[in-house]
Amino acid sequence: MTGNELETDSLLSKTVSKLRAGGKIYGILGLLTLICVYTAISSDRFLLVGNVENLVHRTALFGILSIGAALVIITGGIDLSIGSVVCLVGVLLPFLLTKHDWSVPVAVGALLVLSLGIGLAHGLLVTKLRLQPFVVTLCGLLFYRGLSRGITNDQSQGFGIEFKGLRSIATGRIPIFGEGESAFHLPATTLVLIILAIVAAVFLNKTIYGRYLLALGNNPEAARYSGINTDRMVLLAYAVCSTLAGFGGMLFVLDINAAQPSDFGNFYELYAIAAAVLGGCSLRGGEGSILGVVIGAAVMVVLSNTINLVHPKYQNIEFAIIGAVILSGAIVDELVRRWLAVRRAGK
Amino acid sequence: MPENDSTPVLEVRHIGKRFPSVKALDEVSISLNEGEVLAVIGENGAGKSTLMKILAGVQMPTNGEILVAGQSVTFSNVEQALRAGISLIHQELNLATNLEVGANIFLGREPRSFGLIDRRAIEREALKYLKMVGLAVSPRTVVGALSIGQQQLVEIAKALSTQTRVLIMDEPTSSLSQRETEALFEVVKKLRKQGVSILYISHRLREIEELADRVVVLRDGRYVGELSRGEIEHSAMVSMMVGRDVSKFYHRVQHETGEVVLEVSQLRTPANPQHALDFSIRSGEIVGIAGLVGAGRSELLTTLFRITPAVGGHMKTESLPHPPRSAQEAIEAGIVLAPEDRRLTGLVQAMSVKRNLSLATIRRTATWGFLNRRAEDRVCKEMSRLLRIKSADDHQMVQYLSGGNQQKVVLGKWLATEPRLLLLDEPTRGIDVGAKEEIYQLMHKLAGRGVAVLFVSSEMEEIFGLSDRTLVMHEGRITGELTRDQLSEDAVMQLATGRGATPAIC
Repeated sequence: MTGNELETDSLLSKTVSKLRAGGKIYGILGLLTLICVYTAISSDRFLLVGNVENLVHRTALFGILSIGAALVIITGGIDLSIGSVVCLVGVLLPFLLTKHDWSVPVAVGALLVLSLGIGLAHGLLVTKLRLQPFVVTLCGLLFYRGLSRGITNDQSQGFGIEFKGLRSIATGRIPIFGEGESAFHLPATTLVLIILAIVAAVFLNKTIYGRYLLALGNNPEAARYSGINTDRMVLLAYAVCSTLAGFGGMLFVLDINAAQPSDFGNFYELYAIAAAVLGGCSLRGGEGSILGVVIGAAVMVVLSNTINLVHPKYQNIEFAIIGAVILSGAIVDELVRRWLAVRRAGK
Repeated sequence: MPENDSTPVLEVRHIGKRFPSVKALDEVSISLNEGEVLAVIGENGAGKSTLMKILAGVQMPTNGEILVAGQSVTFSNVEQALRAGISLIHQELNLATNLEVGANIFLGREPRSFGLIDRRAIEREALKYLKMVGLAVSPRTVVGALSIGQQQLVEIAKALSTQTRVLIMDEPTSSLSQRETEALFEVVKKLRKQGVSILYISHRLREIEELADRVVVLRDGRYVGELSRGEIEHSAMVSMMVGRDVSKFYHRVQHETGEVVLEVSQLRTPANPQHALDFSIRSGEIVGIAGLVGAGRSELLTTLFRITPAVGGHMKTESLPHPPRSAQEAIEAGIVLAPEDRRLTGLVQAMSVKRNLSLATIRRTATWGFLNRRAEDRVCKEMSRLLRIKSADDHQMVQYLSGGNQQKVVLGKWLATEPRLLLLDEPTRGIDVGAKEEIYQLMHKLAGRGVAVLFVSSEMEEIFGLSDRTLVMHEGRITGELTRDQLSEDAVMQLATGRGATPAIC
């Protein structure tokens, strides 16, 4: 399911060109497989049911954030505030529910509106005032976290033993197969991700708005001159990104049951951006694949797990390792792209 | 041309360049003498660019040899070519617009004193070369503040500062005004007198008639022939380039004109709000807009298409009684624009031919926002056929197409919307003779079908050959209108320079 899906007439050539276009996906899928195989061989705890469930669960959570990031990146922009929005919303949800007795629908509704508002604010600053996305969202990164620390007096927030029902959206497990110890339960968050990913992929590939988004990401001027309302599309991208960040924040806190404002959601935007980039979204804009992004999120999550299980003494330099892996991925991607271009144009 | 010695300053023998899919150059042998202006002409794809790139060290030939002053040389990079005295001035200038003139001229070769850049030496030396090209600006001027014509002269000064013996100029006048072009010609003639040899590539045959000592013609990567000074003449050049006798170059066809498609009164563009514009255009008419660079012609078109908003006045079409509030509204009213810079604003480079062709029509064929792929396929097939767009397949990314084919994709995108008024800004800029002809025929065909065509052009020939009526603009206002009979180069120039204009009623 790529944004650069090619089409021909016969079914065979359709399949062939889909395979060729999916080249990027195979790349990242290959990387994921490689890491999984390596970890499975090196640690016998990797393939434990509990661990796999956890990986799937965390992939879903980060995947939700990454899809939002991907939309913004496709427009050629960036959102550095994702982690801070996760923090703000993730901290406010238990705060409002436990400390201020808001009802669940009101609290959730208000926080979604807040997330949406944040996204719209970003989008308006970028489109109307022509401010750089980097600057706008960097300030957001600082602002929202600061706000969350101020509102809660830097106190960790949680649900305690209450709200089990609500929490089950994030913590729920659906039995799939197996029995007893080795029974595999699908985390409920996975369902959320799947629905979201399908909607996003359909939007990007099958609607005119997805086409417009890709066009404006590659060449905003040409898109404008073709009659596309580029401002509206960019606004939409930022609004969706922040809304998903807020939604993700709620799921994160419902899952962990503790949100420390000083570090909740810390660096999550980097994971989201890394997943998007690994998944085929060029930071230059105009390209993207939802499936790739989800696989990219999986790579990030599994890699973290690998370090944990196989090389726990490298825990400190976990970030360094993740950074190195992403860089290698980006380098390989660029080399492959050049090789393809040379082959195609013969220059 | 008097030759001091018989050895050509530059020579290529049996030069060939083969790419995986195509032979760009095949056994080309050309020689260039000292102090000679040699024009190299040919259609797009003839191999001119490739040959120049090889000479400049950007690419290496697959076979053949290059001789500089009789010595065989190989250039594996641009620096080596520069050291041998060959420099190339690209069509798209290669200057750092944020840096000063002096800094650009010596970029990468800055004179040092004690390891630091010697700014005084830069200024002194730069002035020397600026004087040579007749550019009276301070070396401290930021390049971005100069006009394109002046920037070009900076590039030439830069080339001269490398003690160049051979100056290769690729379409140097495509972005220049008439005045700047004449200034450039003076520089070329001066350089020629000083013994610099010039390889001049251009599609503007009249310039070549004026400037060239010799003309070499390439076709399909092969050397076809050459013309000496006395033989250089428009139709001779065209028939050698195209390989067939092109006697009737422009078709003077009468179209039936219908009712008014666009009526503009007291319209003010944001670029020139102090002048009010009045004109109208009927269905079936081809109206040309002539004028010098900076006359406000492109701005008029972008205002009609609502890329920039009108700041006053009225604009009326059949379905829209006021100026459009968005480009989308303009499109729905049947007004479309093929912009001046097709690579920047006309096409989405990384998208395929098909996606570019359908970009303006997917909205109207969509159901609930979902793409109608079958309709998209149909548009692509129809337009490819109508415009004879040559691309490997519909998956081809437009950035790999030639200029002519790219322009056809832009036109195809708009024709698919079935417009009533087609706005064209320099429709054949940078396009070879064959493709130009096709576009002219297309314009006539559309006019025949009742489409109104309003086009901006800086090529006099084009205006003469196509327009039923010609509007001439000067510094933001329409200074006059000429019918076919009134049309002459002199009349256009008078109006374009503001002389002989009807008094402005603002």
